[in-house]
Amino acid sequence: MIIINISGLLLIALIVWWFWLHKPEAVTSDGAQITIKVADGIYEPAQISLAAGVQTTLGFFRTDESPCSAVVVFPDLDISEDLPVGTLKEVLLPELEAGEYPFTCQMQMYRGNLVVRNR
Amino acid sequence: MKKLDAQAMRAEKPSDSDRTTYLRVLDASCASCVSKIESALNRVAGVEVASMNLAQGTASVTGNTDVEALVQAIESAGYSAEHLSNHSDQEALEENDRAERTYYKRLIKEMWIALALGVPLMIYGLFIGEMTVNTVFERSAWLVVGLATLAVMYWSGRHFYIGAWKSFTNHSASMDTLIALGTGTAWIYSMFVVLFPSLVPDMARHVYFEATAMIIGLINLGLALEIGARGKTSEAIKRLIGLQPKMASVVRDGQELDVPIEGVRLNDRVRVRPGEKLPVDGTVIEGTTSIDESMLTGEPMPVEKKSGDEVVAGTINKSGSIVFEATRVGKDTALAQIIDMVKRAQNSKPPIGRLADIISAYFVPAVMIIAVLSALIWLNFGPEPRLAFAIVCATTVLIIACPCALGLATPMSVMVGVGKAAEAGVLIRNGEALQTASKITTMVLDKTGTITLGQPKVTEIVLTGSESEEHVLMLAASLESGSEHPLALSIVESAKERGIVTEKVEAFEAIAGHGVRGSVLNHELLFGNERLMLEHNIDVGPLVTKSQAIAEHAQTPMYFSMDGELAAIIAVEDPIKDDSISAISRLKEDRVRVVMLTGDNRATAKAVAEKVGIDEFFAEVLPEQKSEKVAELQAKGEIVGMTGDGINDAPALALADVGFAIGTGTDVAIESADITLMRGSLHGLADAIEVSKVTLKNIKQNLVGAFIYNVAGIPVAAGILYPFIGVLLNPVIAGAAMAFSSLTVVTNANRLRLFKTSKA
Repeated sequence: MIIINISGLLLIALIVWWFWLHKPEAVTSDGAQITIKVADGIYEPAQISLAAGVQTTLGFFRTDESPCSAVVVFPDLDISEDLPVGTLKEVLLPELEAGEYPFTCQMQMYRGNLVVRNR
Repeated sequence: MKKLDAQAMRAEKPSDSDRTTYLRVLDASCASCVSKIESALNRVAGVEVASMNLAQGTASVTGNTDVEALVQAIESAGYSAEHLSNHSDQEALEENDRAERTYYKRLIKEMWIALALGVPLMIYGLFIGEMTVNTVFERSAWLVVGLATLAVMYWSGRHFYIGAWKSFTNHSASMDTLIALGTGTAWIYSMFVVLFPSLVPDMARHVYFEATAMIIGLINLGLALEIGARGKTSEAIKRLIGLQPKMASVVRDGQELDVPIEGVRLNDRVRVRPGEKLPVDGTVIEGTTSIDESMLTGEPMPVEKKSGDEVVAGTINKSGSIVFEATRVGKDTALAQIIDMVKRAQNSKPPIGRLADIISAYFVPAVMIIAVLSALIWLNFGPEPRLAFAIVCATTVLIIACPCALGLATPMSVMVGVGKAAEAGVLIRNGEALQTASKITTMVLDKTGTITLGQPKVTEIVLTGSESEEHVLMLAASLESGSEHPLALSIVESAKERGIVTEKVEAFEAIAGHGVRGSVLNHELLFGNERLMLEHNIDVGPLVTKSQAIAEHAQTPMYFSMDGELAAIIAVEDPIKDDSISAISRLKEDRVRVVMLTGDNRATAKAVAEKVGIDEFFAEVLPEQKSEKVAELQAKGEIVGMTGDGINDAPALALADVGFAIGTGTDVAIESADITLMRGSLHGLADAIEVSKVTLKNIKQNLVGAFIYNVAGIPVAAGILYPFIGVLLNPVIAGAAMAFSSLTVVTNANRLRLFKTSKA
């Protein structure tokens, strides 16, 4: 029983680390457009690093027909765009100050994050 | 799908320094077209690589290039092309509809496959036999069923497992994660029991294949029904998008051509016949007609249009045939901007939804932790068969939790609410404006152009001396010809009507909140309110009584002095809008305190206020004081809505908790306010407040329902009731509850579509 309990607690620790504490590496944009694939419940890449004060265009390419993926919302930037299936949709981001700007689907199941840094 | 993925992969890897442009090539049909198009593209300056995908009808171009040049190159090669990111709303809508239909059909098919196995198994378990593994025959039979369940998991539930795995590798977790874990745990445990029964205590040798199949079937059914219900939430925007016709009749070089709407260029002459929809915005140059603008403004009466009048896309030509010159096309038309604004607003979140957002960010991993904890508690403290209890409870916890209900609660209602407002001619900028509008306690109304038509007319000229009316009007109109104030325009207009020719004005000066001064034909002139006269020591005594009488009739007396002497009072009346009285009474019924602001004199303000049923007003307010009045009301704890025409009250509109701009007709001040009323009527205010109140109520119902569902459902699923009343939740019921909880949220949001404002 002790082994089972310890395994259970380790599993919980693993969940906490994997989903909450782990900071995945961001894909860095050097001014070129980054294309994000939208399918199967995720944005790929989901972590994007941008330089502060530079206008950037993100391309979203949705291949998933599920309506969950139909809209991408940048709540802090007041941007929301419909993503038609099988079409590259460009989203122009304004010049941003350093900080983090999440982007999600309407239901928050698809999640991505823009990390804007001063360079 | 593979082809799409192939393009996606290409799209994922643009070269580091260059951009990749995607074009849709509409009429390429043979392999030889490919080389023709590719070589045409390769000749364009800046193109490094161009490749055409015939199957998809798309071309991708890498390099520093101009999209227009690429499109032209393809066109000159004899094909037509468009930039892929420039899809029209209509096309995007059709594409989404198509994708949703395909997805719906797939879900229904997958549901039938899963239920075809799940239902007989469940009936067997409930009424016929035990789902246990005790004999060799049972082992063999369940092994077959287990493999059949695996097939169902593959055919019907593959998308859950792929989604869960992708999310996992991406360090995120979604609804797919919960479904995959729940159904996966049930299947793996059952298979373990079948393959190694001796390792499992006697009492725990139970299989749960029916749960796996039923849950997959029910969740697919829930998702399919949700798609149908979701489609209805966006009906308003679909209707707006549907207003734009696909083709336009353009007159070029004397010939009338039918061109796709994207092909209409600025300054094109567009012909519209009776019954046709207008394709773009423009100015009428030929013909007269009446145009139904109700779909944009909510105004039911058709509007007469003649040469020189503005017309907008999406409205319907009722009677005559007209030709107009295109002044705004494509994304610049008023309709396109309205669609864009409504779409953005529909996807924005009011602050009330933020807590749900924060919760949903942590929700799925938290549910996974609860599932592990509940399994541990059952294993440590539960009765026999502990292992079976632990597995059932962990599975049920994973399955019953519904992050979607929480996630959908706010956006679905906002979608319907904002659309509902748009149908009434009310454009709400974003979710925050929607939420604040529902809490407005005081509505401040500017008088001129808001309560009144903003088209004042001279009604009377009272003279003091021997000057003639014509001479006074000529001097006044000459003086005012440099001013843009609505009252000034009325004087100039009145002179024009009488055929009076104005003279040149010198040393013109507008004194904000007072009037104007200047010199005409060597006369020193002042024209404005009483304050202006008093400041220049001009005695208004002789006409005070008359001035009061004019004001009491809700007209504005304007004092006119020549060379330091009072010469006349010109009375101007700005008619009250037909429905201002009923709109203000609606606001009062909605328990909103109504306050009027005006730069006009007190007596006129009082008369107007009394006429329209307003008890509180501030008169003789200088333009810059308007925002101070708003601030004063806010300091007293009021949530203030400010309504103006956006011309001289922009600071007050910006300061107010919600700024309402009144558009006239379709001349929409989209950028200037939180909420724009597309028709001039004040009924839009009550419409906006009523829609926002009912939407917020709907959001609260959804949020509370989703919270209660999860907060109550998860502990019950974990088996909290078992020690007290011996009840455990069946994972299949948990699956059904989960599937229908988000459907309930969407259906509740759809109820908003039936809402009618108090006027309607």
